Amino acid sequence: MVTLSATAIWSWLEDVKDPEVPVLSVVELGIVRDVRVDDGVVTVTITPTYSGCPAMHEIEQEIVRALGERGVERVQLETVYAPAWTTDWISEAAKEKLAAYGIAPPGRVNEQPNVIAIRSRRAEREAHVPCPFCGSQQTELRSQYGSTACKAIRFCRSCQQPFEEFKPL
Amino acid sequence: MSTESWVAGKRPETPTSGVASDPHFTYLLRVADDRLVLGHRLSEWCGHAPILEEDIALGNFALDFIGQASALLKHAGTVEAKGRNEDALAYFRDAIEFRNCLLVELPRGDFAVTTVRQLLFDAYDVLLLERLSASSDATLAGIAAKALKEARYHLRHAAEWVRMLGDGTQESHTRAQRALDDLWRFTPELFLADEVDRAVLERGIGHDPEALRQPWLDTVTTVITEATLKVPNGDQTTAGGRVGKHTEFLGRMLSDMQSLARAHPGATW
Repeated sequence: MVTLSATAIWSWLEDVKDPEVPVLSVVELGIVRDVRVDDGVVTVTITPTYSGCPAMHEIEQEIVRALGERGVERVQLETVYAPAWTTDWISEAAKEKLAAYGIAPPGRVNEQPNVIAIRSRRAEREAHVPCPFCGSQQTELRSQYGSTACKAIRFCRSCQQPFEEFKPL
Repeated sequence: MSTESWVAGKRPETPTSGVASDPHFTYLLRVADDRLVLGHRLSEWCGHAPILEEDIALGNFALDFIGQASALLKHAGTVEAKGRNEDALAYFRDAIEFRNCLLVELPRGDFAVTTVRQLLFDAYDVLLLERLSASSDATLAGIAAKALKEARYHLRHAAEWVRMLGDGTQESHTRAQRALDDLWRFTPELFLADEVDRAVLERGIGHDPEALRQPWLDTVTTVITEATLKVPNGDQTTAGGRVGKHTEFLGRMLSDMQSLARAHPGATW
């Protein structure tokens, strides 16, 4: 049996895609936080994107399966909540992949202390989230929640297409 | 439970069936059960919300709350150290053992009731989670810091909808005001402190409920006023959930929520 290295495990985990954002791997999304190899046992530490993300169970199974295919039989999964997952962990290269896939990538997280700022909706509607299809800045927020908790629904006034935005979190 | 406590006329003032007296455990149940029960109430909207986007949004809130509850109940089970996991705590406790506030267990009502309840709860939740993010219980702090990001989105969403309903049509205004008037008496419970709160506050685990009252009132007053609604001036308080004294609505909700797990213990899918 070959000696397992954490570097190899990290590269194999690149094959595990997020089922809801199949263009990105769980490594690119920052879901995998740590890999340890100890006496033939591989411990993968993961963190959920959202507390109730229904994809986490599938992701765990996929990690075990992907490593199993490479001959890793003893895999332990650990879930951590701190530090809390943030879209700022998604690399620039990964954000480009998202845009090419048709999902507007998240902007930098800008935590507003006053979340109910007067008429905040107007500012949010007008926030510059370029359309992933035509690049137009003329887009507006339709709903803060889309097909998954991590995505909002926006509409492009230029090409008249609805599109999804990966929300900054 | 000792037999003495069931002697007629000598029932304990506080129903504690099945709940240990460890304040740390009880406190975690309070924080978790608010989420579990509210998450379930929100999930009842699946397929019934007035517009598709709201159906999806309410489903996402439900997921957030149930996910938070799951993490907290798992942690509570570890703290209790009696071998109960999150599923055992969610599905195999009866209403009397739940520690959620009454506000979250009330029926979902119409869209105005659900929306106004979200504003009242989410405004509290953001303040609560800000404090719990600094808890001396590191696991609780981690879960809270994560949940806080979600809660901020929830509050923003609820505030926008209360403004739209209040400052909308005559019908939506009337219904939003009615919801506010009906729910108001359940809000003081969020800020009542008892010996459990004092014990966990002393250990740096919990928060001081009374300290949240004024900032909460400031937040909801801002939104209610912008929504052209009136802050109710009633000083009635209906409470009891934190010590297991619930409305009749919780038992019915649980009979639905727990039926599958109880009919098929250990089922997986």
